[in-house]
Amino acid sequence: MAPHGESTVASWPPPTHRAGDGGTGAPVTHQVRTEEDLLTVRHAVRAATVDAGFGIVDQTRVVTAASELARNAYVHGGGGTLTIEQVRGPAGRGLRLTVKDDGPGIADLDTALTDGFTTGAGLGHGLGGARRLMDEFTVHTGAGQGTVVVASRWTVR
Amino acid sequence: MSTSEAAVRERLTRALQERDEEIADRWVALQLEQALLGTDISEAELREEADSLIDALVPGLESDAPVDRVVTSHPGLHQAVIGLSLRRARAGATPTATSLAVLALKEALLKAVQLETRDAEELFATAVFINRLLDVAGALSFETYVEGREEIIRRQSQQLMELSTPVVRLWKQVLAVPLIGTLDTARTQIVMENLLQAIQDHEALVAIIDITGVPTVDTAVAQHLMQTVNAVRLMGADCVISGIQPSIAQTIAQLGIDLSTILTRATLADALAAAIKLIDGTGPGGEAGESR
Amino acid sequence: MTPHRPVGVPILRLGDVLVTGLLNELDDRAAIAFTEELTARISAEGARGVLIDISRLEIIDSFVARTLMELTTVSRLLGARVIVAGMRPPVAITLVELGIELVGVETALNPEQGLAALGWRQAQEPLGGSRRGAAR
Repeated sequence: MAPHGESTVASWPPPTHRAGDGGTGAPVTHQVRTEEDLLTVRHAVRAATVDAGFGIVDQTRVVTAASELARNAYVHGGGGTLTIEQVRGPAGRGLRLTVKDDGPGIADLDTALTDGFTTGAGLGHGLGGARRLMDEFTVHTGAGQGTVVVASRWTVR
Repeated sequence: MSTSEAAVRERLTRALQERDEEIADRWVALQLEQALLGTDISEAELREEADSLIDALVPGLESDAPVDRVVTSHPGLHQAVIGLSLRRARAGATPTATSLAVLALKEALLKAVQLETRDAEELFATAVFINRLLDVAGALSFETYVEGREEIIRRQSQQLMELSTPVVRLWKQVLAVPLIGTLDTARTQIVMENLLQAIQDHEALVAIIDITGVPTVDTAVAQHLMQTVNAVRLMGADCVISGIQPSIAQTIAQLGIDLSTILTRATLADALAAAIKLIDGTGPGGEAGESR
Repeated sequence: MTPHRPVGVPILRLGDVLVTGLLNELDDRAAIAFTEELTARISAEGARGVLIDISRLEIIDSFVARTLMELTTVSRLLGARVIVAGMRPPVAITLVELGIELVGVETALNPEQGLAALGWRQAQEPLGGSRRGAAR
């Protein structure tokens, strides 16, 4: 196994929005433990994107990214949670998704991020694709440490 | 709170409660005098705005919040001030209009208290208090105004971008989109969205992307183009790229960009001919929309 | 006699073409059941073509993409050509940005185009009556 105690943080781009500006509602956390949860979570994220004022294409991007991350947590992470937060930045509103799992973690984050998918062999961790769909993307993980992914997209970029 | 500040606060609250109509009247009159609002905000709207702001001030003052937090800590009051700025931003009023509106409110409030007492010290203390109360509102309203204007500018430039990427129907089942200017990410996304939607709406089988008006084609632009082409193909249509000048063709070759999977033509006319041939070729028993 | 029906669209037969669709609530179980039923029908009925209408699909993530690719591969092995029709623009854009290539999957703009590609065509209507011609 990879050396323990090693935690990789990949964060890009650096956060620029001012915190504490007051979102429009408390964050909502959903369980991601069953197949049904994956569908429930998609509906919840879709509703949240509509509330945040995203157009239909952006809605699709965010819901798809959420679907990838949630499925990741479910399949590779042994289940976890997905939290949806309405956020406010200097340019306008946005949505922040936090996906956590207590699984084995990702030992080689770089590969997981650059792998993406190609021919659907099914081994991609789904992170690369989700990252491309979102504006901000942070991963905290490490072998044996579980994984936390925080991803945001803004209505105005 | 010091006793005198408490007394001032109480007197002001009372004035707001008992003379709310007068205060609103005076405030509206002062703003109309300033004549900075143009014709976009009516007197009736000003009056409505005044009434709700004054109504919101009373609970704010009656609370425990320190004077310089009253405006920001009360959602109703906070909203009223933000509404004040946004209204003026949208009406195209000058930035000073917002600040002067707040100043006018101060004057109206002070005048109301003056009708209750002539004590110089008290009036001075009241003026100081009103300043501290509303300066926060002034700052907040200015900030909001700026954000409001920026949002309008953003939306307008977005609309402009959309207008400058029109999709035209050249032929039955053939669309064309002439690209003009630089192809950055934002632009490409708008082009993609408009084009794909048009393909669906017109049930077009071929989209001609004319790049005559695109000054430079580098790897980034080529990538954006490829993305658009891939999306079109996913939907079951196809693309032809036209308007490739010799210099552009050379650049593309030199950069090693691979456009070999896309049909390209030098002129729009040639592209149209190619498009029609593509469609005719998908006649009886042919392969429509086959992904490559 | 028929195996458990997956949640969603029934599979209809038009000559030697099977026509069906995908709705949004596709989970693992439904995907497997769908693939099984479709391939069973292809085999049992000797179908040469399959049209899958995805015009109601709002999201295609890697899971759905994989399902479509696997379905296409299996069907081809059984001698049937699969065409996926009606992808929505936001879905196409997102798939491209996601970086997923639907390898080997033929797409058509809508079911009419898809059926035409599979050999079905709406003949010109003569005066005084409608007649659907299936010129092959």
